[in-house]
Amino acid sequence: MAVREITCSQAIAEALAEEMERDDTVFILGEDLTSNGGIFCQFKGLPEKFPGRVIDTPISETSIVGSGVGAALTGMRPIVDMHFADFVTTAMDEIVNQMAKIRYMFGGQAKLPMVLWAPDGAGISAAAQHSQSLESWLVHTPGLKVVVPSEPADVKGLLKAAVRDDDPVIFFQHKRLFKQTGPVPEEPYVIPLGKADVKRAGSDITLITYSRMTYECLEAARKLAEQGIQAEVLDLRTLKPLDFDLIARSVKKTNHVVVVHEACLTGGFGAEIAARIGEELFEHLAGPVVRVGAKDVPVPFSPVLEQYVLPQVEDILEGVDKALKRQRQVLFIPRAANVR
Amino acid sequence: MKITKETKIDLFTRMVKVRTFEDQTEKIFMAGKEMPGFLHLSQGEDAMAVGTCANLEINDAIYTTHRGHGCIIAKGADLKPMMAELFGRIDGCCKGRAGSMHFADVKTGCMGSNGVVGEGMRLAVGTAFAQKYNKTNNVTAVFFGEGATGTGSFHESFNMAATLKLPVIFVCSINLYAQMTHKSVHIAIENVAERAAGYGAPGVTIDGNDVELVYEEVAKAVKHCRAGKGPYLVEGKTYRHYGHYIGDPCNYRPAGELEEWMKKDPVVLYEKKLLKEGVLDAKGVQQVKDECKRLVDEAVEYARKSPQPEIEELYKDIFA
Ligand SMILES: Cc1ncc(C[n+]2csc(CCOP(=O)(O)OP(=O)(O)O)c2C)c(N)n1
Ligand SMILES: [Mg+2]
Repeated sequence: MAVREITCSQAIAEALAEEMERDDTVFILGEDLTSNGGIFCQFKGLPEKFPGRVIDTPISETSIVGSGVGAALTGMRPIVDMHFADFVTTAMDEIVNQMAKIRYMFGGQAKLPMVLWAPDGAGISAAAQHSQSLESWLVHTPGLKVVVPSEPADVKGLLKAAVRDDDPVIFFQHKRLFKQTGPVPEEPYVIPLGKADVKRAGSDITLITYSRMTYECLEAARKLAEQGIQAEVLDLRTLKPLDFDLIARSVKKTNHVVVVHEACLTGGFGAEIAARIGEELFEHLAGPVVRVGAKDVPVPFSPVLEQYVLPQVEDILEGVDKALKRQRQVLFIPRAANVR
Repeated sequence: MKITKETKIDLFTRMVKVRTFEDQTEKIFMAGKEMPGFLHLSQGEDAMAVGTCANLEINDAIYTTHRGHGCIIAKGADLKPMMAELFGRIDGCCKGRAGSMHFADVKTGCMGSNGVVGEGMRLAVGTAFAQKYNKTNNVTAVFFGEGATGTGSFHESFNMAATLKLPVIFVCSINLYAQMTHKSVHIAIENVAERAAGYGAPGVTIDGNDVELVYEEVAKAVKHCRAGKGPYLVEGKTYRHYGHYIGDPCNYRPAGELEEWMKKDPVVLYEKKLLKEGVLDAKGVQQVKDECKRLVDEAVEYARKSPQPEIEELYKDIFA
């Protein structure tokens, strides 16, 4: 298959163009979409290509999501644009009480095929109300699928799967990855939700991560390799459904785990992973499951403070150190040598 | 209403101060190194900020938007901590944690800019409730753009202020765009002020580039509010010279639009008017400009000298 390098923004536009071409029930609803193809140019070309299907609304995330739900109930496939993930706050009833629950509450009478697309993450001095990573809130709400991709190829394949899914999908796109390039196949393809991906194989420790932190983990892994430590980098890609099988396979091989995310530490998704590994893979752990996340403060404007708040490669290395240093004093830990 | 010579000079001085600050901020930001993040500047909307705030006392409150520098300066905040904040430094009014979008200066009644469109209106209702409850006879002015009138915050806050008869002045600056989107795309009526009637409150639409007109209309609103008659909406038609954010290519503007509005630049218009009326002569005008430039230069100097926040600062003012 032919492959070329494109950005995440281009991957988004391509995925949506293909899906809108394929299925005329797909449309996009949000603020400021048509004048420049979205504030991150993520929908570039779509307003011209699909007139009447990329719709500028008044500033009301509440109504954008709510009307998305109403349209999805009739079988349409809306993509609702949140502008910034931070603004899910202004549509929390629509997301949590309506979108997430309707399919179940109705006894399955209707499907709810919609995507809530939301750029998240920090690192651009956008301060506390434009820098959050809020995936844990939504993972904690039964009924929502949650996608957190890193590289452009995954963005494209997962977004297409999200559009085709009959359940509501929250699609978080990290702001600092819009310009990230990566190889993407020319031919159309779909990546199923709920499948993690090994971005780098290794045998000594597993770094479980997602979204932008995948790149930081890969950098940490390169540094670790220089010290003779082979880290496996597992990009979850979707948090719900969660690919625990792949996690288990990796942990059984390495016996050591660090979970890394940009969201703040307390109550973050790392806690969920650590708990599940503790419950289900206890025998395979040679050390503590260490979590690396942002400091528990609102993201400050000052670049010096912001940098300190967000997990850096050094923090990941420190986490690895912690995980490897505190070995369990047990006689035998099963180690699956040949599992991938 | 007769506007005194002192008031005229005060209005002019405040506008020049706002404009000088914003222009200097733009230059420093574009030079690229010193100011992080992004900026929404208010050149062009100076008369709305100044005409409103000139009616307010220090204990009256204001809420502003992401485009809030002008209002905060007009309300009387010190330029030095403001500039230091834009530099992200420890001597900033918010210790470098807020930046442009979350500016606050509580001691001068600037209760916060907001990164969430419309949200200031909800908070304004509560502040006005406290003013009424405590019988302070103060008022709360909340600034917002026409884009914000699409939010539930606008409608719900207005209705609540009206039903509880709270002293909130809703000040809407119609600058034609919400980000890159023209007003006609997201508002189905011509004048937003018409909506006030639906909530049982007065609303007026005025030329937002005429600072004396803004001053006079807001004076009526303040009187109405201080008399306990509930909220009041003032809508001013104006324009943002620099687009949504600094660096905005503004490719969505029709040709000639900016040029037309530049002819109605509120600061230039008012300078001409005062010269014509003989309130100030050329020397007087220059003195005002020089003084404002001195204040802004001092503020920049102050910001440059202020240290970066120490890491220990991170956990101050957070208790959970
Ligand atoms: C709840 C929310 N939705 C979207 C945004 C993104 N946003 C920032 S400014 C803006 C436009 C605001 O337009 P208007 O109210 O007219 O104010 P102006 O920028 O023109 O001063 C939008 C949509 C936001 N900050 N908050
Ligand atoms: Mg506007």
